Amino acid sequence: MAVVEAQGTGGGAMAALRRAEPVVIPVLALLAGLAVFALFLLTQGKSPIAFFGYVWQGAFGSAFSWMNTLSRAAPLLLAALCVALPARLGLVVIGGEGAIVLGGLAAGAVALPLAGVPAAVGLPLMALAAMLVGAVWIGMAGALRHYRGVNETISSLLLAYIAIALMNHLVEGPLRDPESLNKPSTAPLAEGLRVGMLPGMDVHWGLVFGIIACVVAWVLVERTSWGFAARIAGGNVRAAEVQGLPVGRLILGFTALGGACAGLAGFFEVAAVHGSANASLAAGYGYTGILIAFLARHNGLAILPVAVLLAGFDASSGLIQRRMDLPDATMQVLQGIVFMAILMSDAAYGRLPFFKAKG
Amino acid sequence: MENDLGWWAVPLAVLGGAIRVSTPILFVSLGEMLTERSGRINLGLEGTLVFGAMAGYATAVITGDPWAGVLLAALAGAVFGLVHGLICSMARVNDIAIGIAMMLLGTGLAFYFGKPFIQPVAPDLPSIPFGWWSEVPQVQAALNVNVLFLAGIAAALVLHWGLRSTRPGLILRVVGDSTDAARAMGLRPAVIRTMATALGGAFAGVGGAYLSLFYPGSWNEGISSGQGLMAVALVIFARWQPVNCFWAALLFGGAGALGPALQSVGVTEGYYLFYAAPYVLTLGVLIATSSPNRALAGAPGELSITK
Repeated sequence: MAVVEAQGTGGGAMAALRRAEPVVIPVLALLAGLAVFALFLLTQGKSPIAFFGYVWQGAFGSAFSWMNTLSRAAPLLLAALCVALPARLGLVVIGGEGAIVLGGLAAGAVALPLAGVPAAVGLPLMALAAMLVGAVWIGMAGALRHYRGVNETISSLLLAYIAIALMNHLVEGPLRDPESLNKPSTAPLAEGLRVGMLPGMDVHWGLVFGIIACVVAWVLVERTSWGFAARIAGGNVRAAEVQGLPVGRLILGFTALGGACAGLAGFFEVAAVHGSANASLAAGYGYTGILIAFLARHNGLAILPVAVLLAGFDASSGLIQRRMDLPDATMQVLQGIVFMAILMSDAAYGRLPFFKAKG
Repeated sequence: MENDLGWWAVPLAVLGGAIRVSTPILFVSLGEMLTERSGRINLGLEGTLVFGAMAGYATAVITGDPWAGVLLAALAGAVFGLVHGLICSMARVNDIAIGIAMMLLGTGLAFYFGKPFIQPVAPDLPSIPFGWWSEVPQVQAALNVNVLFLAGIAAALVLHWGLRSTRPGLILRVVGDSTDAARAMGLRPAVIRTMATALGGAFAGVGGAYLSLFYPGSWNEGISSGQGLMAVALVIFARWQPVNCFWAALLFGGAGALGPALQSVGVTEGYYLFYAAPYVLTLGVLIATSSPNRALAGAPGELSITK
């Protein structure tokens, strides 16, 4: 963006400054959002200093809180990719929650006949089923967009509602374990089909796969010809079509890939956290993922720190509720304000005097 | 007294449910329609709806007057719309993304301030018993129509006339169809769009007040089942026509009432699938009416989702 304005006047220093713009502006916007939230807390008679102190303590202050934060970050990394990948094509997909829910359900259902199978065979099959279902679900929004011109934002959201209804139907009906009384669930996974913890940590393997997925997504988008084509199409669809780029295949591929990531998040929720598929799958990770992707400007590597930050806010929520007598929705208010600030900062690109080319 | 209606109870319950369930959908979709006719889309009306439900309920609890609640919900909705409109007037800011953020913020603020109002009971909005002539309780229940439903019909008719035959209606349509033409006429598109979004927000706020003050008639965090989002698709279905919004809302309300109606006569199989009926219907309508090659018939020219 800013590169277009480069006039070669300032030399290396100016170029470096301009490269810093996409990092500095979101960080400034994040700080501005936190400042507005601090004002909100002051109007509520609460101390922002105490608030952020508890966030630090609850999220990053000890080994225990780090484990808590990283556990929460694992599904968020994958959920954010479900938004970030299609976003590089200019698509706003916000229905990742549906792919998480159905992915988790698929993993739980596939595990049923696999009870005696070794983990090395069973777990990949479950993960594959989850990713496939997620890919189909979000890919459907991409296909509808490409073949029928249906807006992907709305269709993906409707599909998320349908997915949750479908999950409830199957979990209460055909797939229900008669033993699960209070909370209808699929039958618990066989002991061999549970995903364990990382060595020496209280965090499951989903974190590692989430990090790998983010790095792979970054390489795909920034360093391959597919990613290059996707970015062209995201900038201008007509131009991409004139250039002969396969826009349709790109849309289908990137939405399906995003959906597969979300489905994988569902797999880890079932295999590493809940032990069976039930309504806990609809925990809102898909929606937090939207915020993370936008904060990270849909950059796979930037998703890593942003997801950890958001997971940290989430992890400290309980402590803040207890110590400061604030409702759980406080974190949602914080997220909303930060989200608004980030989106408003889009207006600042190329405008801040600091980054303006002189001459 | 013979009250066992058997299967007749289903269409009756669907009719009654359609009237009850459709009212908030009608208000939100009228608000969304107004916003979209100005060339912008507000996905944040879901948050506005939930905040309106909370604000209306809280006001009714405090003042004891449900109409004061409706008024405050409308005002709060207008403020949300104003914020959306002003931010979207900034350069390069994406109206769809801002809508998602406002949805998050609106529901967050509603849950934050709504915590103390989950327990207290607010007075209900009055309704008119159009079923007085019948002795059958189900008929009476189905025809017990809330005043806001009638107000919604009136609003749809007024908007229909206003958009077609008045100067403000013409201005709104010009701004929605072509920013350049509007500028050439000496209009300020950003200001008019912001006003339309604020008015649309007020409608959504009233829809929310109906939820908490009549049906289901209490404030809790699960008060909305996505009516604010359904409205976005519904407006497309209704081809941006106010009177069509009314029929579409009635259809969606009926689809939403199907599950509970069947359950009341003992059909519990597939309850959750019937719950998904409005969403499936919306998606089906979108697929059937969209086209990859041309903008939708009747769509405002400046609308980002149909361009």
